[in-house]
Amino acid sequence: METVRYLDDTGIPLRELPFSPEELRQGYRALRRARLFDEKAVLLQRQGRLGVYPPFRGQEAAQVGVALCLKADHDWLLPSYRESAAALTFGMPIHKLILSWRADPAGWGAPPDVNMVQFYIPIATQIPQAAGVAHAQRLLGKNAVAAVFIGDGGTSEGDFHEGLNFAAVFGAPLLVVVQNNGWAISVPTHKQMKVERIAQRAQGYGIPGVVVDGNDLVAVWNVAKEAVERARRGEGPTLIEALTYRIAPHTTSDDPSRYRSEETTREWERRDPIARMKNCLAHLGLWDEEEEARLSEALEAEFAAELALADQAREPKPWEIVEQVYAEMQPDQKAAWVYLRGEA
Amino acid sequence: MIAERQTRVLNNVQAINEALDLALERDPRVVLFGEDVGTMGGVFRASDGLQQKYGEQRVFDTPLAESGIVGFGIGLAMAGLRPVAEIQFAGFLYPALDQILSHLGRMRHRTRGRFTIPMVVRAPYGGGVKTPEQHADSPEAILAHVPGVKVVIPSSPERAKGLLLAAIEDPDPVFFLEAIKLYRGVKAPVPEGYYTLPLGKARVVREGNAASLFCYGGMVEVCLKAAEVAAREGVELEVVDLETLVPLDTETILASVRKTGRAVVVYEAMRTCGFGAEVAARIAEEALDYLQAPIVRVAGWDAPYPPFSAVEHYYRPDAKRVLEAVRRVLTH
Repeated sequence: METVRYLDDTGIPLRELPFSPEELRQGYRALRRARLFDEKAVLLQRQGRLGVYPPFRGQEAAQVGVALCLKADHDWLLPSYRESAAALTFGMPIHKLILSWRADPAGWGAPPDVNMVQFYIPIATQIPQAAGVAHAQRLLGKNAVAAVFIGDGGTSEGDFHEGLNFAAVFGAPLLVVVQNNGWAISVPTHKQMKVERIAQRAQGYGIPGVVVDGNDLVAVWNVAKEAVERARRGEGPTLIEALTYRIAPHTTSDDPSRYRSEETTREWERRDPIARMKNCLAHLGLWDEEEEARLSEALEAEFAAELALADQAREPKPWEIVEQVYAEMQPDQKAAWVYLRGEA
Repeated sequence: MIAERQTRVLNNVQAINEALDLALERDPRVVLFGEDVGTMGGVFRASDGLQQKYGEQRVFDTPLAESGIVGFGIGLAMAGLRPVAEIQFAGFLYPALDQILSHLGRMRHRTRGRFTIPMVVRAPYGGGVKTPEQHADSPEAILAHVPGVKVVIPSSPERAKGLLLAAIEDPDPVFFLEAIKLYRGVKAPVPEGYYTLPLGKARVVREGNAASLFCYGGMVEVCLKAAEVAAREGVELEVVDLETLVPLDTETILASVRKTGRAVVVYEAMRTCGFGAEVAARIAEEALDYLQAPIVRVAGWDAPYPPFSAVEHYYRPDAKRVLEAVRRVLTH
């Protein structure tokens, strides 16, 4: 299968780009914003100010490119745990994401105007659910779409198959985005599957499958844009395989030196999605170091303000454990709630 | 008042069909789906005629994949619909356990109420009708062990109709297990029109003071039969139909035990870790001082439900086994 690319490995456009100069700048800013979040999150984790965190370094373009095509109060996002970049680009406030990775309930619910389901921790269960969310849009007469993320390892799960088949059979307006980052924790893709390209599987469901350079923002963005348009026209789901690489460990608790060499990692670092996009803008005369400095300053300030917001969040209370189990608290939860109130 | 309404004699499948029909008519958000649910009307005909009446958008067949069915339903519910899924047999629920355990009952909790799953999963359960292997399972204890879901098991057509309509109205996920033995085995008057019966309430279906029999679903008629036999010997047994296992109406259970001082818990699932163990534990925790005898369970044996029908009736509790347990608690 052909891999869709718009930029070469250094970021020089290979052909005319399907976005306006302002859009391209917007895309770069979104990438930088995601990268900054990831770097800060890892630092916070090291300081004990964040729980276990799954970094997405190197995968920014694969997530941002999709999220840029969605409207948070209209469309839907169902991310797995590695998709903080998609989440924040989609519209999740940064302080909510920080709280979420602090395992603080205050971070768990997206704001009312952001249709994002809390990060999925089990693998692939989000796929049939996303098919349902997407199909519901049609039943409700809306032209909204859903985008769901999964990794290469997740495609081995039964729910990946069931969800894609349901989406295909019902013609659900859905983007299934597989970030093929080479690793399912320590298991490389070639031990996970016998097919060369995950997107080939789309044929088995009778839907379009696309392979895209996941470190090329322009390519991901355009592939996702076309898939969203197709979905809104009622032409059903698309399987998108974004080829990328997990530069960072699986989580902040992982030690990749146990299972992989750093040579490949360094090779992929040369195709860094952010450096490529920056080069692209510079090549087109759309960016300079002054703008870069202004952007850095703005992003730092935004993050600092959001971190302060997160730090102000009140501590979760013990009795919140038994709240939100049912719409109306039932006798067993009530008894526990009364006990926990007394303890605190 | 429901009691004053006109009634018609229906069996359980007809009552369930009527409830589904009324729910579809009343709330445009209600959708019905599952394997063979659409064109065919379900293997037990619970959705008979409904696709013809409400169209393929609202009553539809799905691919043959239970995890897909439950996961798809969770998605429909999060997006604002009122999905009612049918799993063809409760013994076929197991492929969906990841969706059930990881998401169905947790979505409200893990999103702090931002997303909720007002979904009903209906499934025929239980034995006594000589079904093939896997078709007679009673997995209610597995489901009751999932936080955030409700579990309802009706025992008569009138109750089935009202409880199913309440389950569909409920803002949380509800498992609605229907005893296969009762689908066509029981006919009774059912009030006409739309009505709901409260979830979370047990009911005393026969009053007595010698001992309490706690049961639900297909075991209610077994316990009533045992109570009739005992009555001929002058022993008045109280029969309590739990109806909703989660949330459990502990108060009604305890009130009965305080009155009779003796408790027999009857269920057809495998005995160990069955739902009756929970009932027994609650009685022991809250009403030990009232007990005149140990709590006794009558349940399926600790073996798979037998896929050989010639001896099937030895597995499922019957009135004889219930009465043996009653004798034990009365002669302690």
